[in-house]
Amino acid sequence: MRELTYAQAINEGIREEMRHNGKIVVLGEDVGKYGGVFGVTRGLYDEFGAARVRDCPLNEAAIVGCAIGLAIAGRPAIAELEFMDFTTFAMDPITNQAPKLRFFWGGQVSVPLVVRTPIAAGLGFGTQHSQSLEAWLVHVPGLKVVMPSTAYDAKGLIKTAIRDPNPVVFAESISLYSARGEIPDEEYVIPFGKADIKRKGDDVTLVALGPIMPKALQAAEELAQQGVDVEVIDPRTVAPLDIDTIVNSVKKTGRLVVAHVAHKTGGVGAEIAQQVVERAFDSLDGPPVRVAAADVPIAASQRLEQATLPDVAGMMKACLSFRQ
Amino acid sequence: MTLSAEQQIEAFRRMWLIRYFEEAAIRLYGEGRYRGSTHPYIAQEATALGVCAALQSTDVVLATYRGHGAAIAKGADPKAMMAELLGKATGMCKGKGGSMHMSQTEVGFLGCNAIVAGHIAIAGGVALAQQLDGTGAVTACFFGDGASCEGVFYETLNMATLWKLPLLLVVENNEYAISTHVSDAISVPDISMRAQGFGLPGVTVDGRDFDAVYAAATQAVARARRGDGPTLLEAKTVRWSRHSAVAAGGAGGEKADRWKLTDPIPRFRQELIQRGILAEARAAEIERDARQVIDDAAAYAIDSPYPALEELHTDIFA
Ligand SMILES: Cc1ncc(C[n+]2csc(CCOP(=O)(O)OP(=O)(O)O)c2C)c(N)n1
Repeated sequence: MRELTYAQAINEGIREEMRHNGKIVVLGEDVGKYGGVFGVTRGLYDEFGAARVRDCPLNEAAIVGCAIGLAIAGRPAIAELEFMDFTTFAMDPITNQAPKLRFFWGGQVSVPLVVRTPIAAGLGFGTQHSQSLEAWLVHVPGLKVVMPSTAYDAKGLIKTAIRDPNPVVFAESISLYSARGEIPDEEYVIPFGKADIKRKGDDVTLVALGPIMPKALQAAEELAQQGVDVEVIDPRTVAPLDIDTIVNSVKKTGRLVVAHVAHKTGGVGAEIAQQVVERAFDSLDGPPVRVAAADVPIAASQRLEQATLPDVAGMMKACLSFRQ
Repeated sequence: MTLSAEQQIEAFRRMWLIRYFEEAAIRLYGEGRYRGSTHPYIAQEATALGVCAALQSTDVVLATYRGHGAAIAKGADPKAMMAELLGKATGMCKGKGGSMHMSQTEVGFLGCNAIVAGHIAIAGGVALAQQLDGTGAVTACFFGDGASCEGVFYETLNMATLWKLPLLLVVENNEYAISTHVSDAISVPDISMRAQGFGLPGVTVDGRDFDAVYAAATQAVARARRGDGPTLLEAKTVRWSRHSAVAAGGAGGEKADRWKLTDPIPRFRQELIQRGILAEARAAEIERDARQVIDDAAAYAIDSPYPALEELHTDIFA
């Protein structure tokens, strides 16, 4: 076992896969010599060279489009978009092309593509650098969407994403890049569609996505002091979603809280809550509760941003709301 | 490089296949045999054939929703195409793609795309794979004058030139994007002039002239294979038909009638006869045979079954 940061863990996962498969290509802005704006691709250029680790001009649509072309021509591609907010420029390739080509061409191609892009919520970057846009993506059949919350998960999941013959959006968290975690010396992968119970508990089920996980665990610890035993579930992949693990937990606790840094309306929390209602209505003691960003643009000012984004107190309050 | 007599005759035959395929597509739409839309390639045949004649079977072609011509030119099977058009299980894409999403990867036709310009960067990626694999293969990407206004076209021009990708960007300037004339949409008289700002060769040819397209494409392919990078090849052409089964658009009436006098197929036929490659009787026979192939394809498509409902859930993930 060693300790690596979340960023180093992703880096190591990519590096291992690139060693295994000489066809894999990394492309994006500043990913080469510079090693990525957040250092995630550091050293890959030196090891694999400029042909396989490609610095691109500023053109998100062409980066992802080009990555799709590589993928359908038999070269798994890993494209980096510097902030998740910039997926907007690449929405055609991400939503109309990558997840659809195989279907409308009747299975004639596969699209081994990973789009890596980080969520920056809570760091004061302001409106156009703070969004968590997974809800837009889970709406699209044919896309897989991953939101790792620990270094261990990030490494295992990036390796699975790279090996997957289908398009995957890998939503990293800038606030977690420097978080450390134990990484086994030997290689490992983590399958998609398998949630991880980050903390066991009997009273309330708290499902937390990606960057909010450390706060969710903190809320659970504080609630434990008050005698409320919270089970914290990390879906790890929101598409495919391991709804079974969540439903089984709710059958035990009778209470569901879903937390994410994305906006509340139309968020993945609403989808999870509805699926639980459909599957475990009779087990619920009360309506599921969403803890999410307010439905306003995210402001730069710390005071305003903090008031917009979900926090530990908000999750605690939601978990206690069942007690009356 | 000159084409053999057989190759020229095959190009001529495929022109008729395209022409009759598109006429059948319009007729079958009118008969209510499929829904949605279809975008005829009528009058543009010489461009697809001129480019594809310069390619090898291992090269790759990407096209737009107006892509039936490129498909046939690259060697796709008209029967599987017709069945695809009608949404049948025997279609090349099992009926899931329809008119705007045909593809046949085993002949190097990496398909039609219905997002205007959405395939251009993808073509760049295919060309990048060819470059990295070192196979010497090249990619040709067809798109329209309207598509040349999309941002991703310029992004790809820049990146493909920077990386010297083995890519032919073939802009088919048929003067209209649905109803919008090029003079109302494009700030330069020749779209090939766009190349200057990106540092790649830009060439404009008469897209109705098979020989001119072939000659320009041959140069562009040679350049791409040498590793010198992409070429922007503008084929000036016309379409006399409607934009699509749904939208009229474009020229009509007298202008369209005048354009019919420039039909590329009789023109090529004349050339071949003058060259002594083709006799009148043989030309007529080729035309008849092509028509028969398409009639048979239509009958086959009509008789084919619709896909099983289980197909809804296949081919989403590999
Ligand atoms: C991104 C996008 N915008 C608009 C459309 C609707 N549309 C379909 S074809 C077309 C015109 C395209 O013209 P051009 O590129 O010149 O090609 P042509 O149809 O003449 O072959 C438009 C606007 C579309 N399919 N995709």
